[in-house]
Amino acid sequence: MSEIFSGLFTNYYETFAMVLFGIGFTMLFLHPNMIKKIMGLNIMDTAVYLFLAAKGYIEGRKAPIITDGDTSAMSYINPVPTGLVLTGIVVSVSVTAVMLAMTIRLYRRYHTLDIDEIFRIVRKEEH
Amino acid sequence: MEIFTNIPCISIVLCLMSGVICSVLNWKAARIWTYTVNFLLACASFAVLIYTISTGEAFVFRMGHFSAPWGNEIRAGILEAVLAMFFSIIMLFSLLAGSKHIEADVKESKRKYYYTLVNLMMSSLLALVYTNDIFTGYVFVEINTISACGLVAIKDDGQSVVASAKYMIMSLLGSGTFLISICLLYDITGHLLMSDIKRAVGELLATGQYVEPFTMIISLMTIGLAIKSALFPFHAWLPDAHTASTISSSSILSSLVLKAYIVLLIKIFYRAIGWENILEAGINNIIFVFGIAAMIMGSVFAAAQKDVKRMVAYSSVAQIGYIFMGFGIGTTAGVIASLFHIFTHGAAKSMIFISLGGIKDVSHHSTLFKDIKGAGFRNKAAGIAFSVGAFSMIGIPLFPGFISKINYAQAAIEVGHGKMVLILVTLALSTILNCLYFFHALIDLYTPTDIDEYETLDMYGEREENPGFIKARPLYVSAICGFILLNFFIGIKCDLVLELLSKGLGMFG
Repeated sequence: MSEIFSGLFTNYYETFAMVLFGIGFTMLFLHPNMIKKIMGLNIMDTAVYLFLAAKGYIEGRKAPIITDGDTSAMSYINPVPTGLVLTGIVVSVSVTAVMLAMTIRLYRRYHTLDIDEIFRIVRKEEH
Repeated sequence: MEIFTNIPCISIVLCLMSGVICSVLNWKAARIWTYTVNFLLACASFAVLIYTISTGEAFVFRMGHFSAPWGNEIRAGILEAVLAMFFSIIMLFSLLAGSKHIEADVKESKRKYYYTLVNLMMSSLLALVYTNDIFTGYVFVEINTISACGLVAIKDDGQSVVASAKYMIMSLLGSGTFLISICLLYDITGHLLMSDIKRAVGELLATGQYVEPFTMIISLMTIGLAIKSALFPFHAWLPDAHTASTISSSSILSSLVLKAYIVLLIKIFYRAIGWENILEAGINNIIFVFGIAAMIMGSVFAAAQKDVKRMVAYSSVAQIGYIFMGFGIGTTAGVIASLFHIFTHGAAKSMIFISLGGIKDVSHHSTLFKDIKGAGFRNKAAGIAFSVGAFSMIGIPLFPGFISKINYAQAAIEVGHGKMVLILVTLALSTILNCLYFFHALIDLYTPTDIDEYETLDMYGEREENPGFIKARPLYVSAICGFILLNFFIGIKCDLVLELLSKGLGMFG
């Protein structure tokens, strides 16, 4: 048991990333306010980037740009996760934009940001 | 013949480019461009199919000429080629048949963007089928989500925007889960290409390292993609999204989008993680239970609906359950049965949605059971299409659904034990439920009514000359003929399809 706890404390970046992911996921899933849902989405994605960046970093090594003619891979950190983070950010930005556009549409039509309220209005319109 | 290996990459890039091109053309040109592109894609995929059959093995195409551990790869075999061909044919037929409804449902200024979205959707479908890189898979999953939500929301009435928002939220939960599982997998194995991941996973599991994280990764991945492909109990978004959108969108969403995620999932299972590791972790049993639950609950929900379109949407939930159940059996026969069911359901469900568009035109613009009485007489093409689709879904001989059910039953008997009994009982029960609600709709469709009672308006609100009947539109009728031929082809030439699928699965892993 104590092993698990010490593991959580040693890898505190990863622990923190997972906690953030949980917060974001829950917010996106359960919060009725559309804007807060979008915030949750961004927190969730950011948690993943934190996790990736933490995993790519290797203690005591340099940024992966060749300086002083040192071409040995052992002196640099892993550049791939950073690349994945960049790709992920682009994806998350576009998804956020679509969600925001949709929120504007919903707000103009129903004058509320509360998704539960919107569902209620739509159901009433149907009957 | 080396030149054929370029086709998958060119197809994906062509679709992405067409998306951009369609956004600057006027909508009529965009429409013709999209038809042409889809037709070319079907031909090109056929060429890939012939090429892979003649060489007898899958080929790997290096994107950007960097080889294995660093570069990005496309990998195509028989299975991928068949799927790509099937996807582009269904896409083409759905667009052809629904073109008038798109005109009626989408504002003129936005019509060209409909075709933009369709092209982006097609590129993501092809990429999900062909890619060998797990992160590329994630990126195209998101492109697919965005374009699918766009296809729902573009109708721009309240219902469709709300349905689309709901769809988007659920989809994003799924892709978030999928993304974190990819990151964990990369963290453990250090690779993004599926074949390399499999090797690394094999080495790690042989030494007994990372067993728990590994189970966690497979679960997250499965849940993420199951949410996106609407496996019960994650299906809440599906009925709204499929009911609210214009008929071409409904048919594309139900037959292609759901399937693309399933193809990605099975590809990851086979190629990245290794089927034997999945069986060892026991994940297939969990999928099996969810699949069985979906088969029953989807049909129960469907039987309770008042709206035929909603009923058909719920029936998709049940059919997705069939597909997951087949993977859950855990034998090759089960997987092949499920792959076959992807084709069965894709061909039949898209046709049913298309036919509902025609039925709606002659039934006071509604698809409620009380309004569709006698619609099979008023719009004959739509009536026939609905009947063929319904027969296939129920599983009447000659139709592909029958072959699917036989395959499942055979796979069940092969596996024996408790699973056999459970599958056979569920199959029987699900078939009865299918009969129950599809025959309800069929009987209503062919109940004679007083035709004068229905003032038949065409989609622009103009009265038809011949009251009660709708003029047959050549494009709609020919697309429906195409769908019916496709169904009969899969149903009658099932040996050929099954042989291709089993060969394809052999070179898949």
